[in-house]
Amino acid sequence: MKNILTVTSSPHIRHTLRTKDIMLDVIIVLLPAAVNGIIIFGLDALLVLLSTIAFAVISEYFWNLILKKPQSIGDFSAVVTGLLLGLNLSPKTPLPIAALGSVIAIIVVKQMFGGLGHNFANPAITARIVLLVSFPSFMTQYVEPFTGQLSSATPLASSGADYSLKILLFGTHSGTIGETSAFLLLLGGAVLVIRKLISPVIPISYIASVALLSAAFGDNPIKQILMGGLILGAVFMATDYVTSPTTKSGQLIFGIGCGIITFAIRHFGNLPEGVSYAILIMNILTPHIEKLTAPKPFGFKEVKNNG
Amino acid sequence: MGKKEKILRPVKKIGRGLKLPHLKNTAEMKTVVFNPKTVSIPLIQHIGAPCEPTVKKGDSVFVGTLIGESTAFVSSPVYSSVSGSVTDVKTISYNGKDTVFVVIESDGKFEKDAALAPCPVKNQEELAAATKKCGLVGLGGAGFPTHIKLSPPKDTKIDTLIINAAECEPYITSDYRECIEGYDDIIDGVYLIKDILGVERVVICVEDNKPEAIKKLYEIATNKRDNDDTVKLMELPASYPQGAEKVIIYSATGRKLPLGKLPSDVGCIVMNVTTIATLYRFIKTGVPLVSKRITLEGTAVNNPQNILAPIGTKISDIIEFAGGVSNNADRIIMGGPMMGAPIATADAVIEKRTNAVLILNEETPAESTPCIRCGRCANTCPMRLMPLKVEAALRILDTATLEDLNVNYCMECGSCSFACPAKRPLTQVMRIAKQTLRRESK
Repeated sequence: MKNILTVTSSPHIRHTLRTKDIMLDVIIVLLPAAVNGIIIFGLDALLVLLSTIAFAVISEYFWNLILKKPQSIGDFSAVVTGLLLGLNLSPKTPLPIAALGSVIAIIVVKQMFGGLGHNFANPAITARIVLLVSFPSFMTQYVEPFTGQLSSATPLASSGADYSLKILLFGTHSGTIGETSAFLLLLGGAVLVIRKLISPVIPISYIASVALLSAAFGDNPIKQILMGGLILGAVFMATDYVTSPTTKSGQLIFGIGCGIITFAIRHFGNLPEGVSYAILIMNILTPHIEKLTAPKPFGFKEVKNNG
Repeated sequence: MGKKEKILRPVKKIGRGLKLPHLKNTAEMKTVVFNPKTVSIPLIQHIGAPCEPTVKKGDSVFVGTLIGESTAFVSSPVYSSVSGSVTDVKTISYNGKDTVFVVIESDGKFEKDAALAPCPVKNQEELAAATKKCGLVGLGGAGFPTHIKLSPPKDTKIDTLIINAAECEPYITSDYRECIEGYDDIIDGVYLIKDILGVERVVICVEDNKPEAIKKLYEIATNKRDNDDTVKLMELPASYPQGAEKVIIYSATGRKLPLGKLPSDVGCIVMNVTTIATLYRFIKTGVPLVSKRITLEGTAVNNPQNILAPIGTKISDIIEFAGGVSNNADRIIMGGPMMGAPIATADAVIEKRTNAVLILNEETPAESTPCIRCGRCANTCPMRLMPLKVEAALRILDTATLEDLNVNYCMECGSCSFACPAKRPLTQVMRIAKQTLRRESK
């Protein structure tokens, strides 16, 4: 035994789960959807994904290097951001634009606000919106699966008649690289829920509120759920720990809020898609939701002021 | 009496709690008795006023001879744990406090003090007096004198006696062994105290991962002495911190104990199984609390086991007796791995409240990374606090927010730090936050 012992604060045992493991798990469950996107949309999709991931990691690396901060690329959070951004882009996105999106996500949205855990909005979502308003024509070019021909209309705006449930589930329709296969995305989400890495509250409340509102206003709820970016957004972007509430009731409010805004943009707005904006708006409301839903401690009694 | 009615399900569940590794490797091993050559007994082993020594160098003492006492209500007397002679009465700095130690050289005979006599009790006042005289303190770690919990204001109605055998910390099996080896004293103690308190219900609480203890405790609940069917067994899910006082009261009765209140304020008295057994032995024979069963365990211990040792036994002596530790041993923890207190040298001694000594190998501590706001700390906190917010508020010394976050409810169970994937020292943060508020209010 050593003469001078180490004295550390309790507890003296820790769970083995690390931040890095959570990020790796998210990457792994997103891979099937990514591979599916590459199969459907070809080499273009692969190049877009590679450039968003590479530039996300490179941006983080150089930010840390220049600012003399401890290197943080090993936590894989930049990989997750790059991968999510890529999955949210059309396979026809010019590579410089895709790369610029990653730089914006990592440098502007994440690092300038203090790095991992301090960004107020989801980096991938925000970067996608920046690209969308900066390069609208490039960002809304979608292609037909396998053929690579430009599709005439954006997926959600097209009429739903030519989309069967099978096509919608397995993603053989136009859209962004990662959003098309509802089945693979839900499978990945289910793995995350079973492994207790995300709570199912946000995805379920988000998707359910979009479905209910669509049905109530005469839209086809199945098309609204399965086409477009709803599942990718609800399962993988809205559940981002940093930018969503930690309380269960807060998560419910967050999910329903996302659902209402998404529906409102799709149904009443001029934009074809509303998932990104909905999540961004709810990201900004997160601190307030969390404050509103902060739990009372066990055995708490309100001190009555009789004076 | 049907079996089903004897085993209760938890009335309420706290709905949180951690699944920890049990590591109860010593559960089936018989307790070994250790008789050290010398003991150094500290005269403060409890929350409250320190005791003044009642012996001096050269005095001969016996097992159960009073060596320290105080007239204060919040205090607990200290007795000699061996027979022999006092070789020194000295003040040394111990755990950051100047503490008086009585050092006794044992003659190895363990002769009992001739003045020890059975201490029959008839009512609650006498029970509280006996508890104080026995020297009992809470065994959970804080060392709160037990008699205070047995002395509620006159008009307080106590309807439930909770026997705590949950033992929810990993590794520790000393209460488990007490259930088996101290069965006779526990059963007599339970029925005696039940009659004295006149409670409507006795709930014996145990976690469902302790099969042998459950068998014994079930025998207590189904004993024919329970003619009015008041004694029940409650199997609780093994979830940490099930044995914490507030949590066990909630599980057993559904009542929430408010901050700063004693269990008697919600009509309950909570006693640990070892406390019951020790108290009954004192009533029966007059021998006070002079020895403790401790679980010697941990990654560095060569032969993990339960050891019955006199209070004041040095940890270094116990280690030698038990067959040593690995060369890589680097940390000694008094208590369980979740809440136990670390000590700096093996010169520390077994105290009344010690229930385990863990010796752990050197490990590279996991590196802290930024908080990713995953919420695991908040979602495992049995008190429903938000350690992640406390950490942010403490960083900028925002005491108003710390107040709003109710940090004083924290019982430092360690769940938040355990669960944190970013390996942030959240329990330590909570502790510092509480100290910060205490300083602020002065």
